[in-house]
Amino acid sequence: MSIEVRIPTILRPYTKDQKNVEATGATLADVITNLDSQYVGIGERLLENGALRRFINIYVNDEDVRFLGGLQAPVKDGDSITILPAVAGG
Amino acid sequence: MTLEISRSFVDAILEQSRAEYPDECCGVILGPVGSGKALRLKPMINAAHSPTFYEFDPKDLLGLYREVDDHDEEIVVIYHSHTETEAYPSRTDIAYAGEPGAHYVLVSTRKQIAPSTEFRSFRIVDGAVTEEPVVILD
Repeated sequence: MSIEVRIPTILRPYTKDQKNVEATGATLADVITNLDSQYVGIGERLLENGALRRFINIYVNDEDVRFLGGLQAPVKDGDSITILPAVAGG
Repeated sequence: MTLEISRSFVDAILEQSRAEYPDECCGVILGPVGSGKALRLKPMINAAHSPTFYEFDPKDLLGLYREVDDHDEEIVVIYHSHTETEAYPSRTDIAYAGEPGAHYVLVSTRKQIAPSTEFRSFRIVDGAVTEEPVVILD
């Protein structure tokens, strides 16, 4: 068992174009560390100075992680994580 | 790459931009995966409620992507309005553009220019902006 992570188009160059990848960890921070070890460089696209980037949205089982403790959001095997770039601008 | 779009969508987007003025308005047009066709207009709420910024609410954003997946669609167009400046991607538009495959459509509600010249389409890929022709289908 592991955690399924859905990768947005813009980050698929890191995952060899895979839309869904698997990762492990007990918190979102662990999952990102694990993802970055498998797909080098992806972590930097999600984090800035150790915090989640403002214009990247991450959901655990459809809940925005900002309401689940951010990087400390707990995750477990079988969970599904979705990463989506914000649609935003000026 | 040319954007082909029906006149009713152009009119609806311009109407939405005027209705939501002085805030920026925003939305998407969806089409069948791989078709590149802009067939289903879906106005979105500007969660920023701002004259200088737009952002889809994170919950709406997830709902949109789920809907698109469920219908075997893709986001063909992402549009928003500029309230007082030209219909050209701003620095923040470029910085946050996250869909390299989408047409980024900009409209402007500024008064001094006719609406027909203020409906423009761009590709924004890796920080590079390329304007593309717009063909309006009657």
